[in-house]
Amino acid sequence: MKRIALLGMPNTGKSTLFNRMTGGAARVGNWPGITVELLSGKILLGGDMVEIIDLPGIYDLHGFSDDEQVVRHFLHDNVPDLALVIINATQIERQMSLLLQLKQLNINLVVLLNMADEAKKYGISIDGRKMSELLGMPIFLLSGKYGTGYPEALHAIAKALRYPTPGMAEQLRSQLEQDVHIEAEMARILKHAVQVPAQLPENLTEKLDRVMLHPWLGLPIFFAIMYLLFQAIFLLGQPLQGWVGEALGWLRESVLDSAFAGLPGWLSGLLLDGVYNGFATVAAFVPLIVLFFLFMAMVEDSGYLSRAAFLMDALMARLGLDGRGFVMLLMGFGCNVPALMGTRVMRSRAMRLLTMLVIPFSLCSARLQVFVFITAALFSPKAAPAVLFSLYLFSFAAAILTALLFKGRFRNSEPFVLELPPYRFPTAYQIAMRGWMEIQHFLRRATKFIIAGVVLVWLLTNLPPSAAPASPDTLAGMIGGFMQPVFAPLGINEQLTIALIFGFVAKEIVIGALAVIYGLSGTALSGALGQQLDWVQAYSFMLFTLIYTPCLSAIATLRSESKNMRFTLFAIGWSLALAWLASLAFYQGARALGY
Amino acid sequence: MGVGSAAAMSVERCRQQRDKGGALWNNVSTVEFTFAMPSTTLATLHPGEFATIVSIHAEEALHQRLLALGFRSGKQIELIRKASFSGPLQVRIGTTDVLLRRSEAAKITVCKV
Repeated sequence: MKRIALLGMPNTGKSTLFNRMTGGAARVGNWPGITVELLSGKILLGGDMVEIIDLPGIYDLHGFSDDEQVVRHFLHDNVPDLALVIINATQIERQMSLLLQLKQLNINLVVLLNMADEAKKYGISIDGRKMSELLGMPIFLLSGKYGTGYPEALHAIAKALRYPTPGMAEQLRSQLEQDVHIEAEMARILKHAVQVPAQLPENLTEKLDRVMLHPWLGLPIFFAIMYLLFQAIFLLGQPLQGWVGEALGWLRESVLDSAFAGLPGWLSGLLLDGVYNGFATVAAFVPLIVLFFLFMAMVEDSGYLSRAAFLMDALMARLGLDGRGFVMLLMGFGCNVPALMGTRVMRSRAMRLLTMLVIPFSLCSARLQVFVFITAALFSPKAAPAVLFSLYLFSFAAAILTALLFKGRFRNSEPFVLELPPYRFPTAYQIAMRGWMEIQHFLRRATKFIIAGVVLVWLLTNLPPSAAPASPDTLAGMIGGFMQPVFAPLGINEQLTIALIFGFVAKEIVIGALAVIYGLSGTALSGALGQQLDWVQAYSFMLFTLIYTPCLSAIATLRSESKNMRFTLFAIGWSLALAWLASLAFYQGARALGY
Repeated sequence: MGVGSAAAMSVERCRQQRDKGGALWNNVSTVEFTFAMPSTTLATLHPGEFATIVSIHAEEALHQRLLALGFRSGKQIELIRKASFSGPLQVRIGTTDVLLRRSEAAKITVCKV
């Protein structure tokens, strides 16, 4: 099968184009370095199946960071039949150096000048035909976002694939270093084919940045945006979650209860109280999660993340991290796993490890579900959003404290140099695509972990058969009782302990497990929790859930990204210790104050 | 020699370098930078000021990254803004906006326009 590689500098729209070509679901965002993995998809092109590979963006072929090495090794080991070079047309002046580096490798090339729509707004005019003549390769202007110019480019790609690759030179590196020649050729081509206005016209990005990056308004605006976003997610998502929960409860009462009535008692118990209750409680969160990721996609695609890096770098530098680390923490609000993988753009191993040590404290969307459920059960509707926001603050506090304590062990002098992309508005399609991807991701996790988890919890709370369900005589009761000396000082009872043990695998199981343990779901479960716990216990439980460890997938990612078992164990051990100490301090402190 | 004339000297050297830097684009093979460093670095510019890059004194990896982002001798650079609490700088080269720390900016010698 013929192979096409997508190559280009970071944040030029390779993944957006990849998605358009393959109908795939590569994660896209307005942040240089959002792709850190190789993704491939197969399409039918000109009558043949062709494999398309989306590579991480690179600044030059002899770079030193992990992602640049990934690309270099890939090109060495899998010479593509065609390299599709994606260039941001607004930055053609400097991005052409990579194109000329690639040209010297003698690979079959087709060039796509992406973001042609944006370049036009900047007043940059590019003579595609002239440039194509000078470079001796096909060049197309297009907009990967809106799809203009795309059919013509695809046609040319199919045509270019018919000619065999001239063959890639062995001494890759030495060739690439002929920068002097590249500079001269670049100047020649630019002079003849490109006109850039001497001073860019004042655009929306600049007007927005004058406010968003204001020396003393910038940070308050940042926190206000965060607060409003989380308020909105809570206020919009919580009723949605209630409605879906009620619908699922209605389905059980009106249909499933009677349908399963013929089954033996233990089996209908397992299916309804175990699998259905657990799954329904978790599934009720789907709208909240989708809503969360729609907001997240808007923030990521807008280019505001790079602004956050600018605003927070001064603080992060004092923690031994940099602005990119802060952006990874923000990305971790969605899911810690891609945030951990995103650290690949860092060259210094010490800084990368320190960043990976703090990311797991980032309050991910799975933990958000637990907190939304418990705050709604234990706090008044007025207080609940503020309680939720306080947990985000604790999430930052845990990350900051960890970085402060361990920055000495991960000393580094990584330079901070980052491109600042203009603000861009994601299309409705891009946002919808992101929401759909997250539903799929959630359903995959649900089928893998959550159902197995809730079945196991049901078994533990119903065995041995002689014991009353969920009583101290069951297996779960015994485990919970055994762990009580550790958790009692935190105000965490046996039932919550069982939920925490399963939460180690995935946080989505926590609420599902509670539903199974109490044999209730939805509002009935909230009621039971509200009666059994007071707010101090509930908050202590949430603090522990926030800090102790994200989930098994995150731990596996920590291990595979750090390639160091000792570091992974240290990260788990430290977060468990910090969780226990924080909950203890909170619970005992609140009790001592008389709450 | 007074302070004023020393400053004037450094400005003059800076001008010479700028002309040399500009020459890089027209006649690549003949240029070599052997001048002494003038006193201005990118880190000392104020928001809204333009300058010409004279030279970059960074280690190999950072140098490569800066080159790829468009930092080259002879190129014009504008300081857009500085973050508070001694945070990073936002600079503009051509159509590219770049964030970098003051410590990195101090490694880039410039000549004010």
